[in-house]
Amino acid sequence: MSEGSRAATAMAARSWPRSLAEVPYWVFQEEDVYRAEQQNIFHGPFWNYLCLEAELAEPGDFCATFIGEQPVLVTRDHDGEIYAFENRCAHRGALIAMEHYGHARDFTCVYHAWTYNLQGDLTGVAFEEGINGKGGMGKDFCKAAHSPRRLRLASVHGLVFGSLDNDVPEIEEYLGQEILDRIERVLGGRKPVVLGRFTQELPNNWKLYMENVKDSYHASILHLFFTTFGLNKLNQKGGIIVSENGGHHVSWSAINREAEAKAASTYKDQNIRSDSEYQLEDPSLVDSFSEVGDDITLQILSVSPGFVLQQIQNSIAVRQVLPTGVDTTSLNWTYLGFEDDTEEQQLTRMKQSNLVGPAGYVSMEDGAIGGFVQRGIAGAGSEFATLQMGGDQAVSSESRVTEASIRGFWKVYREAMGFTVGETEGADT
Amino acid sequence: MTDAFTRISRAQGSYVRAIDDGPIEDWPEHFTDNAFYKVTTADNHRRGLPAGVIWADNKAMLKDRVSALKEANIYEPHAYRHLLGQPAIAEESETGATSETSFLVVRITGNGPTDIFASGRYLDEYVFTGGRTLLNKRIVVCDSSRIDTLLVLPL
Ligand code: FES
Ligand SMILES: [Fe+2]
Repeated sequence: MSEGSRAATAMAARSWPRSLAEVPYWVFQEEDVYRAEQQNIFHGPFWNYLCLEAELAEPGDFCATFIGEQPVLVTRDHDGEIYAFENRCAHRGALIAMEHYGHARDFTCVYHAWTYNLQGDLTGVAFEEGINGKGGMGKDFCKAAHSPRRLRLASVHGLVFGSLDNDVPEIEEYLGQEILDRIERVLGGRKPVVLGRFTQELPNNWKLYMENVKDSYHASILHLFFTTFGLNKLNQKGGIIVSENGGHHVSWSAINREAEAKAASTYKDQNIRSDSEYQLEDPSLVDSFSEVGDDITLQILSVSPGFVLQQIQNSIAVRQVLPTGVDTTSLNWTYLGFEDDTEEQQLTRMKQSNLVGPAGYVSMEDGAIGGFVQRGIAGAGSEFATLQMGGDQAVSSESRVTEASIRGFWKVYREAMGFTVGETEGADT
Repeated sequence: MTDAFTRISRAQGSYVRAIDDGPIEDWPEHFTDNAFYKVTTADNHRRGLPAGVIWADNKAMLKDRVSALKEANIYEPHAYRHLLGQPAIAEESETGATSETSFLVVRITGNGPTDIFASGRYLDEYVFTGGRTLLNKRIVVCDSSRIDTLLVLPL
């Protein structure tokens, strides 16, 4: 039995509530579930974010990244194309490249000097002919048969995605038009420039971070920065888009110019004191420009299983969510600007980078909350989280007071994992 | 006139005391009004990438850090202890100096253990104005690219 079908069989013994509004806590706690995810999700028919095309600008540029725990090498060869293969020597399994980002003519494994070209073909084996006619590889050894496994690759507006499963659908079909359009809105026709890269270590299961990203209704409750300093716009319009399969989402909000003008005059007429006595000494932190010429001030987009594209005012970043254990996760942030940014625009992005990342005024709490949940559910492996805000479906809505996109995540997840659905007592709806 | 080494040592002693033992409101007072302060990683620094985990180009932004952590942000109570190396002075004059200092910061979260939180170096530009020694620029370069969960208190 293959590792994949073993994992699937084991997971079928676990039952998952039929209702999308219930999530069993064991899914964040169990080692066998974690192992099965590596197989069924990360090695399965999903597209995983790898890096930016802009990070592989020149032939020879490479990026050593991961899909789940699987080390992966992404390169640009002299033909201008991008290639990706498992970062594991075909000889005895050592890492082929260790640097995170770099430039190489080819890759020579440090262990016994097997050499691979930029496309991942084995091109050289040290002592292949032996020494003085003795030793060496057998006559029938064929280099072409010994290359690291290649990935399927897809590029979407400069984002490079890879899959370890040949059966993954085409990326356009996988994402769907609505998600594609929202990626295009931020990245289409522009050349991103990397402004910084940071890794945040989260003390929780990776799925708790994905839930947090898709949970738009916590934002104005947990993150008090905007409200405390009187900087938020209570009259914004927005909505939630849930992709057709449920796995991907977009949460957005936009300035409602009409409502704002009205509110401003109402406030003035009433002579209402501002809600908060606190003000930022330097409010230029939240001065912003229209990012792509529309009124949308925030767009958080996620692609299952672990990718996030963020526009929070003018702070643009991609986030890669990498599980490193049942209760540990690496969150890789790449802060972006664009080639044609003016100096002022870049300055604005620098200031607004204070909003995100491990020290971000808005997102520092997200880095900690997953740990609070992980600790809170210890001992509650047979109980369930409840996701009833906004009903029990995984569909788009104009309201952001909904857990629809979290339900969508679990819909895709439980299917991919092969749990037996609907046999939990009282969970049928 | 006190020498640069002594001035910087004193300023740094006072700086870490403000963070580790408080009051934290004293921390921005170690900077000039137009000071630049950034927390980044060795990898970003080497590559010349401009963004920071914390990024400020004036003292008001540092004061906002303090008021945000006191008034707005939600996090578990924790405390730092900074251990500093000796400042290595690169350039000095009557009016200022540039220096580099290693640091190690341990963090105590709640009633948990003492954990190593960050190590790195301060790349500093000091100005000597009257009796005061103020930071005009501090780039905090963390050795590791990984930052644990959250960074609320400054480094
Ligand atoms: S493990 Fe790579 S050459 Fe032996
Ligand atoms: Fe959040």
